[in-house]
Amino acid sequence: MLAFATRRLVLSIPTLIFISFIIFMLLQLAPGDPMAQVPLTVPPEVKEKMRQALGLGEPPLVQYWKWLVQVFWIEPQVFIDYLFGTSLSEGKLRVISWQTRSPVMDIIIQRIPQTLWVVGIAYIVAILIALPIGIYSAYRQYSVFDQAGTFVTMVGFSIPPFFTGPLLIVIFSVMAQDTWWLPVFPSIYDTTHVVNSWESFGIQVRQMTLPVMVLALQITAQLSRYMRASMLDNLNQDYVRTARAKGLSEAVVVNIHVLRNSMIPVVTVIALGIPSIFGGAIITENVFKVNGIGQLLITALFANDLPMVMTLTFIFAVLIVMFNLIADILYGLLDPRIRYD
Amino acid sequence: MTEPATAPIEALKDKVPEQPPRSQWRDVWDQLTKHKGAMFGMGFLLFITLAVLIGPYIWQVDPQKLDIRNKDMRPIYTALWDSDAKVRWANPLGSDQLGRDNLAQMIAGGRASMAVGWAAMILSLLIGTAIGVLAGFFKRLDGPLMRLTDLFLSLPILPLLLVAVTLFRQPLRAAFGPEGGMFILIVTVVGITSWMPTARIVRGDVLAIKEREFVLAARSIGTTSFKIIRRHLLPNVLSPIMVSAALGLATAIITESALSFLGVGFPSDFPTWGKMLADAVPRMERFPERVMLPGIAISLTVLSVNYLGDGLRDALDPRIRGR
Repeated sequence: MLAFATRRLVLSIPTLIFISFIIFMLLQLAPGDPMAQVPLTVPPEVKEKMRQALGLGEPPLVQYWKWLVQVFWIEPQVFIDYLFGTSLSEGKLRVISWQTRSPVMDIIIQRIPQTLWVVGIAYIVAILIALPIGIYSAYRQYSVFDQAGTFVTMVGFSIPPFFTGPLLIVIFSVMAQDTWWLPVFPSIYDTTHVVNSWESFGIQVRQMTLPVMVLALQITAQLSRYMRASMLDNLNQDYVRTARAKGLSEAVVVNIHVLRNSMIPVVTVIALGIPSIFGGAIITENVFKVNGIGQLLITALFANDLPMVMTLTFIFAVLIVMFNLIADILYGLLDPRIRYD
Repeated sequence: MTEPATAPIEALKDKVPEQPPRSQWRDVWDQLTKHKGAMFGMGFLLFITLAVLIGPYIWQVDPQKLDIRNKDMRPIYTALWDSDAKVRWANPLGSDQLGRDNLAQMIAGGRASMAVGWAAMILSLLIGTAIGVLAGFFKRLDGPLMRLTDLFLSLPILPLLLVAVTLFRQPLRAAFGPEGGMFILIVTVVGITSWMPTARIVRGDVLAIKEREFVLAARSIGTTSFKIIRRHLLPNVLSPIMVSAALGLATAIITESALSFLGVGFPSDFPTWGKMLADAVPRMERFPERVMLPGIAISLTVLSVNYLGDGLRDALDPRIRGR
């Protein structure tokens, strides 16, 4: 197991470098010019100097190498400096955003809490809802609950977030104001809101409700389908009959024997979904104006801020590769029948 | 006395086949018709395909024609509960803020969405099947091709889609015109980022089928690899391909709408469902139907495709089909 994990970990390094190379070269083809916003009165030779200052004069391979050094050598130093108060990174150039002229990593660190709050809570809510639904609808296969659950998950699977978002806004932010029985939720997420009392905590919960609902619907739909299928696979196994024949109660049979075995694939599916939490829900963040990572990526793309786009996409790729590895290892740890050799 | 021995015992009688043998596809079809969701899905998909294909000939209104005097019309059914609503029969589903007819836009938008969905799905199936078959059949290609698949699977898809679309928009538009260039771009980009699941499934099936006796027999009489693939392998991996075709169509439609919604899709005067939805969001307090119509159209299409895929998976799985 350890050998497998080490081998995969070592193999993931060239993969990641290759991915970053592809993304970098793709971005090199970008038609935009970061100097496009500079006034026309600025003479061309000054513009050329500004371009040089952004590191644009070098050939692409040199630029790529400098980016690699900045991300893998200088940024960790900055992090160590931050942790221990040393001054390793003093005077060294970090990855600079073309939009704001400030280090990309600082902006990402500022944006991550919003994304984690909204998308992370949606993920937890979805897991809490999806697992019981999946378990019960598999246990009572073809019952009314199962039929209804399957239908709802199918609908949740099919309705895109850019429709559920506006739909929920129409219902809970617009129409609810005219009724007395529908709760009113704000349609825009206020990032500057500070939680320092129970009252402000309540406001925070209210403004998180709609985006969390949109995201949770989607994730629930996927997870509960997996859970149901996995439970169904296990419920017909011989060990279930044995457990019943021993006289164990249904609760023990289902919740201990079957559930534990069915959770194995579901846990890996949950692990595989975690990068998407950080990747942010680009569309949902856009609809509810949550200024998280996804929204940062979109604005950076439209503003032609290549270092930002490059670093963000690379971070997403790292997360995906890492959690793929974690899912594989978890699968091996949870299921002793799986042997990686 | 004993009974006359001439009458044979019932259970020992040979069963003469009373019906002609049934083909596999007939069984699949029979099973599919039993799946209510799949039948609904197929019906709705047929309906929407016919509507976007024949619709423009029946409702001959130009979807891009501006009629500013008749802007912001409500759909005709709002007159049922609100007699003051601005409605008229010339715009049965109302008109938008520039006076463009919503029904004509819905039809034209559906045409674009379905065309992109089908084309991207077919492209991703072609790539996925080719890579899956090559990786499964030729041992030497297996390693590199599967590494390639893993690599694509670990790319962050939506960010890359956005990057690719914003990067290549200008050159393709210049080469193929605003609509044609965007169509090619979106189809290619969706196609080359969604073939991986198909490739994996097909490779797994090919690996299993390749070891079977009929392939050995075919090889022993000197059939070339290409012919084995075409005559023996491809027909046997048809069912997983069909299932992933259904899922691929759903993903392609959603991706196209998402791109249009984020404003990186087709040009702004070219209606697609995602575009209509995005345009309607700022005005949804006063005109909720403009969000609902394209939204429901996308959702129902995707829902019916997903149901069809579910039904196909059940129908094509011989272990379930007998029941």
